[in-house]
Amino acid sequence: MPHLLAICLLFLLSAPLSARELGDATGRTVVVPDRVERVMAAGPNAAVPLYVLAPAKMVGWPSAPRPNEREFIVPAARDLPELGRLTGRGDTANVEVVLKAKPDVIFDFGSVAPTYASLAERVEQQTGIPYLLVDGRLDKTPASIRLLGTAFGVSERAEAIARYVEETEQLLNQRLKDLPEAARRRVYLARQPNGLETGLRGSINTEIIERAGGVNVAERATGRGGIANVSIEQVLAWMPDTIITWDANFFASHATDPVWAAVPAVVNKRVFLAPRLPFGWIDAPPSINRVIGLRWIAGLLYPDRFPEDIHQVAREFIKLFYQTDVSDAQLDRILAGAQPGERRR
Amino acid sequence: MPERKTLRTSVVVLLVAALVLTLIVALAIGPYPLNWADVSRAAMRLFGAGEGTASPGEVVFVRVRLPRVAAAALVGAALAGAGTAYQTLFRNPLVSPDILGVATGAGLGAVLGILLSLPVAGIQGLAFLLGLATVALVYLISAALHGHDRTLVLVLSGVVVGALAGACISLVKILADPYDQLPAITFWLLGSLAGVKVGDLAVVAPLVFAGLIPLVLLRWRIGVLSLGDDEARALGVDVSRLRAIVIGAATLMTASVVAISGVIGWIGLMIPHIARMMVGPNFDRLLPASMLLGASFMLLVDTLARTLARIETPLGILTAVLGAPFFLWLLARGRKTWG
Repeated sequence: MPHLLAICLLFLLSAPLSARELGDATGRTVVVPDRVERVMAAGPNAAVPLYVLAPAKMVGWPSAPRPNEREFIVPAARDLPELGRLTGRGDTANVEVVLKAKPDVIFDFGSVAPTYASLAERVEQQTGIPYLLVDGRLDKTPASIRLLGTAFGVSERAEAIARYVEETEQLLNQRLKDLPEAARRRVYLARQPNGLETGLRGSINTEIIERAGGVNVAERATGRGGIANVSIEQVLAWMPDTIITWDANFFASHATDPVWAAVPAVVNKRVFLAPRLPFGWIDAPPSINRVIGLRWIAGLLYPDRFPEDIHQVAREFIKLFYQTDVSDAQLDRILAGAQPGERRR
Repeated sequence: MPERKTLRTSVVVLLVAALVLTLIVALAIGPYPLNWADVSRAAMRLFGAGEGTASPGEVVFVRVRLPRVAAAALVGAALAGAGTAYQTLFRNPLVSPDILGVATGAGLGAVLGILLSLPVAGIQGLAFLLGLATVALVYLISAALHGHDRTLVLVLSGVVVGALAGACISLVKILADPYDQLPAITFWLLGSLAGVKVGDLAVVAPLVFAGLIPLVLLRWRIGVLSLGDDEARALGVDVSRLRAIVIGAATLMTASVVAISGVIGWIGLMIPHIARMMVGPNFDRLLPASMLLGASFMLLVDTLARTLARIETPLGILTAVLGAPFFLWLLARGRKTWG
């Protein structure tokens, strides 16, 4: 086994004429071919930046687009096969299927914790295919996008995407920097039909609420934030003035529930349904698809600081990121329940 | 023996007192601050003397805390009662209400409901139905097998069908959306009363009572079953009919509470044991003692679940963490009481 590995390494190192060395987010050096034509995303998190940067170079999806998502995805990528996840937790991809898809590079976009770094190493050793692990945190996104652009040979496009992300961040910083602490909106994220599952402060699931200037009411007791169940009594005690949900059942039923009716956000009709098309706006997956969610939440929380019409912002975002022109009817469908006032359904 | 009788009476008094005490504690503790005015206004409104609109505190007391406390008591009593019935029926102290797969089946129903993005009532309904269906399937299989030892065939069929249902749960987990549905499935399988509403109780409580009535009415004959099938037959009991009734009743009780609480282990296994140490193995005394104790224990556990942290601690974790060491301690005291 060790000499087999050595041969692999030798083979990889002896091909410098057609390959480059890239340092990924874990400090590993990954040798990537000069011309990358086929790329595999290791998980849903990576599929979004891959689709955004180079839809023609995708070899497949970790999970195929659902029927309601298909219309927003360019035809070239729409019908690609489902290959499964390779990300370490609940793997569904078969290594043989991966090899059969013949990717030049595999990459993941997300956590760069040691577990994932070692998994990347293992997959690389097992398949002989270079595996890039790129930091998926929101504040690292522009740099990560540029790295991927270099790796896949689409630097120009990556630059445009990275700029958009940077501009969005600058806009938020600029408009929120003098926001007094007392004026910050208190937001509760309601998941599941009963609305009692939430993301704790600091978790990747609510990162963008906090980044958009909101206070996530679900403070964590100890350790890392994640998904947790809470009681309705606790929600009442937190007194959120805004509720963001992505569950259509909860969105439809909360108004008729006498207990939720006592929550300030419900009293003031500030419960919003997070758009999920073409990819989730606040999570699912927690990837660069959330950039539009930042603008959406900032506009919901502080409309006088973000007066732009979210329809227009979303249209431009979808055009730039997903290369799709959306009609007014499609936009209305995407934004159903996502806006205050009369437009809300 | 009048002396033992007094002892047993005092045990019952003790259990009732413990239940009342835990009820009061559970009602008094919670994240939302309540005062006496809220409680008394709620009580007055109950008797038709309330005026004006309900204050937030009143809403919390009437619509959140009362139903949750009532649900905890109901779930604990039902699981302990069903466990007692099953243990007596199978003459085996290692039996829990899930022996015939009711909780696993209900779990499968719930995770399917979550996978299909059904509303809460749909998830609960599917859990209830699949819980009942699983046991019905087990019963039919065991009846078709014509085994020599009916009890053994029943238990084995339960193991097989339970394993199949467990595999289906794992399959659903693989298919579920990892961001949205998978956490919900995990939480459901660990049990929680965080979302209980008055409406849930109105549906579940009658079902639990419907399951309890035959157990109470037939308590003497069920007690005779613990002597063994042949002895029971010799005493004129229709064993197979009685067995079907007990299974149906205990399954109904378990499936209906599991539908609102999720899967909560340990109670149905442990509580009947502790009750047996207190009142002995006779079913007619064991059933009420077990149910009282189960209600108190569940109230205690659920109060901890909602007050240990701002977030809910899953009940399945707490029942095991609290229950297992306590149970071991009881066993270590060396009182061999299985009759």
